Amino acid sequence: MSEAFALDLPRPTGGCADAPVLRERGQREVFCGLTGIVWLHRKMQDAFFLVVGSRTCAHLIQSAAGVMIFAEPRFATAIMEEKDLAGLTDTNDELDRVVDRLLARRPDIKLLFLVGSCPSEVIKLDLSRAAGRLSEKHSPNVRVLNYSGSGIETTFTQGEDACLAALVPQMAAAPANAEPSLLIVGALPDVVEDQFRRLFAAMGIARVEALPARKISDLPSVGPNTRFLVAQPFLGDTARALEDRGAVRLDALFPFGAEGTTDWLHAAAQAFGVDEMLFRSVVAPGRERAARALEKVRPALEGKSIFFFPDSQLEVPLARFLSRELGMVPLEVGTPYLHRTHLARELPLLPSSTRLSEGQDVDRQLDRCRAARPDLSVCGLGLANPLEMEGLTTKWSIELVFSPVHGFDQAADLAELFARPLNRRDRLSDAIVPARANRREAAPCS
Amino acid sequence: MQLTVWTYEGPPHVGAMRIATAMSGLHYVLHAPQGDTYADLLFTMIERRGARPPVTYTTFQARDLGTDTAELFKTAVIDAHARFQPQAMIVGASCTAELIQDDPAGMALAIGLPIPVIPLELPSYQKKENWGAAETFRQLVRHLTTAVERSPMAGRKPVCNILGPTALGFRHRDDVVEITRLLERMGVQINVTAPLGATPADIARLGAADFNVVLYPEIAGEAAKQLEKQCGQPSIKTVPLGYGATIDFVKEVCALTGLEPAPVLDGVPSRMPWWSRSVDSTYLTGKRVFVFGDATHVIAAARVASEELGFEVVGMGCYNREFAREVRAAAADLGLTALITDDYLEVEDAIAALQPELVLGSQMERHIAKRLRIPCAVISAPFHVQDHPARFSPQMGFEGANVLFDTWVHPLVMGLEEHLLHMFRDDFEFSDEAGASHLGGHGAGAAKPAVAADAVASTEVASVSSEIVWAADAEAELKKIPFFVRGKARKNTERFAAEHGLATIGVETLYDAKSHYSR
Repeated sequence: MSEAFALDLPRPTGGCADAPVLRERGQREVFCGLTGIVWLHRKMQDAFFLVVGSRTCAHLIQSAAGVMIFAEPRFATAIMEEKDLAGLTDTNDELDRVVDRLLARRPDIKLLFLVGSCPSEVIKLDLSRAAGRLSEKHSPNVRVLNYSGSGIETTFTQGEDACLAALVPQMAAAPANAEPSLLIVGALPDVVEDQFRRLFAAMGIARVEALPARKISDLPSVGPNTRFLVAQPFLGDTARALEDRGAVRLDALFPFGAEGTTDWLHAAAQAFGVDEMLFRSVVAPGRERAARALEKVRPALEGKSIFFFPDSQLEVPLARFLSRELGMVPLEVGTPYLHRTHLARELPLLPSSTRLSEGQDVDRQLDRCRAARPDLSVCGLGLANPLEMEGLTTKWSIELVFSPVHGFDQAADLAELFARPLNRRDRLSDAIVPARANRREAAPCS
Repeated sequence: MQLTVWTYEGPPHVGAMRIATAMSGLHYVLHAPQGDTYADLLFTMIERRGARPPVTYTTFQARDLGTDTAELFKTAVIDAHARFQPQAMIVGASCTAELIQDDPAGMALAIGLPIPVIPLELPSYQKKENWGAAETFRQLVRHLTTAVERSPMAGRKPVCNILGPTALGFRHRDDVVEITRLLERMGVQINVTAPLGATPADIARLGAADFNVVLYPEIAGEAAKQLEKQCGQPSIKTVPLGYGATIDFVKEVCALTGLEPAPVLDGVPSRMPWWSRSVDSTYLTGKRVFVFGDATHVIAAARVASEELGFEVVGMGCYNREFAREVRAAAADLGLTALITDDYLEVEDAIAALQPELVLGSQMERHIAKRLRIPCAVISAPFHVQDHPARFSPQMGFEGANVLFDTWVHPLVMGLEEHLLHMFRDDFEFSDEAGASHLGGHGAGAAKPAVAADAVASTEVASVSSEIVWAADAEAELKKIPFFVRGKARKNTERFAAEHGLATIGVETLYDAKSHYSR
């Protein structure tokens, strides 16, 4: 990106590119990869996600999906019972029976994912073989694939990475002389994907496709002339699988905020030889709208300190956005996994005073958070109310994965997600701060 | 393998968490893979607890598998003891750790902590949440409670324990308040309430009471049996849920203790009997109600519905098989066959077939009823955040009876309101845009989902007998029938038409069927 084009933002002071990273091992208060199903199934309209696991897995998805569970969702759990653990042959027969019944009930399903869980991994149930067998049996109507969303292998959003990586071998091979195409990688809300498609079209980039596609029949092809932009920071395995098939990753900031979105779009523009003046004229309206909208939120956030507990891997790009475009001060940025290659442009833009941490020992991290007393703590729902009870204002992190937050026109919505808890804290009278004496449960009123 | 979208109960270790979270001074170390901490948010969100559950998870990952997981577990136990300084600890495995066979019990005991460490065996692939809670509570009693020599009850206040309330229990918080007040007014002294609010030291002195009050047999039934064996304490068998059951409860306590029931039964202990007898309640007579949930709440609700509100119970069942026998017996008393299942699709089919006018159930039945456009009230776990209310709202005791009346009648009154709106919907003041009163909220736009839901419901019912055609005027006439009995009317008319070999349903058929099936 040319200097002239950069937003009027403070220069990074050293940044976190070479900063030491606190690596901890202990209790991790995080979701497993199964949770990804909750948003993935909405994006992939003819796919069904069948978890092969325990009652715990079913209970987790139910808790994460909340009210969505009642709308005939396209996911379910095949709960293993005592008799399934007795011998492996039985388990495969049982699985076939469950899948037959499921597909008979849902003839609209074209793609079935068998999703591995901790129990199925530990008993070494070979779901990839099962997927092959079932794919053959139900061909050509249904394709059956598998990936692992287990907690022992994946953390929260990594479930999407594993799912998309399983789709990559299914993509048709584009020949070496194919017309260059741009691939957007990562499940974005339809409204956001459409915005990006309009911008690329205005730049004259003709072939733009998305992984995942909304339908399996629209799954794009991939080859040496495929250039791809990763829209989410948690897609390491998917990117590697695409690179193995000859596609080239375009290095960019992640498209959060005006700066991130501009840089992300610019990477594609440069790769496709889009004229610099054309690029500027295409992004200018959106970038200005974003900047104007962000100015309104800025007073609420400027100078406020923020502490990220690890959750989704979105933490580093979000901290970059909040510090550079809204003037927040990141104290600690925790991430379940720090992917240095994909964050190469992000890390130098974090203030050098930021503490980076990877992994978690939740009790020790809570001690650090309490000592730092940040203005805002970004954490999961298991920690949020307990921290509020201690007088710390929180922003629950899962919402950042479910809400449309990418791109120019969502930049202020994203900022607003962080401003709202602070606004609420200021509105509520100090007189109603809950009694901290009895922290186990707010005392009954009677 | 069981194909599942919704589960009424979590795995057994969630039951153990409910016991640990209810108590203070007890810590649970759970050998579990990364991700199982999701269960924390049930407590911090649904119950809005202001502290993390007292549970340490080992959260092992793939790279830890092998001998390393055993080491992780030991470290977790030692660290949790040092940090939280509990009076006692429970240790166990979740479903995945059960498969890797690290023996949490043996390892925890080998550490030699200076506090009681109680190992839990919770078979995840056979048992469920309620069983896990019951077993955990029983083990606490078995390991901690000591027998105490008690003096004869005569000439002093009788003393009891209140057993069963936990974290994530449906209205447990307020039931305890209500029943404590009731017992104290009778002249009974409370020794310990457990697990909710108790410490391991309190569990140790359970033996000092003369008898036990078991509020929730699913959770405390086994512990009460253990106490009977260990400390010779009898239990009160009546669950004081409903007006009549509360009176029976008072009488049973009095029979055991020699106290006089009159002081608490005289006067007006509840408004419920009068409310139910007042003329405004006449239209409740014979309302067809379907009851589903955990066994204890279902049995109690069926009695309240039939004896105290004058409803007709047309179907009942429970999801916890451990108490199937009790529910079958209660159903038989009402001339019904109980539905024992943990598959919500079977429950949905039963409700769709019966077309009741009111559904009493869990959160799941609330959604089924919403889909089928049948009024509904929640009487049992599993429940969502709105059923852990800020206000005082017990289910048990005399105040509980008041709450039940209001809660169950409310959706029906609202149903009448909605019917009136529908009747007048062609009036300019009551256009469809005004929306339903409780199904989808007010205002323009709100009407759309309601209409869509109606369309879905009618297609589903119509598809049952697709060869019979409704004439347009009959279809229009059907719309004039209140929506909460419309499904039933449609079904009856189609059955009538089928039995009489009619291919088309006209207005006359509709009224012929009405007279044929009139009750």
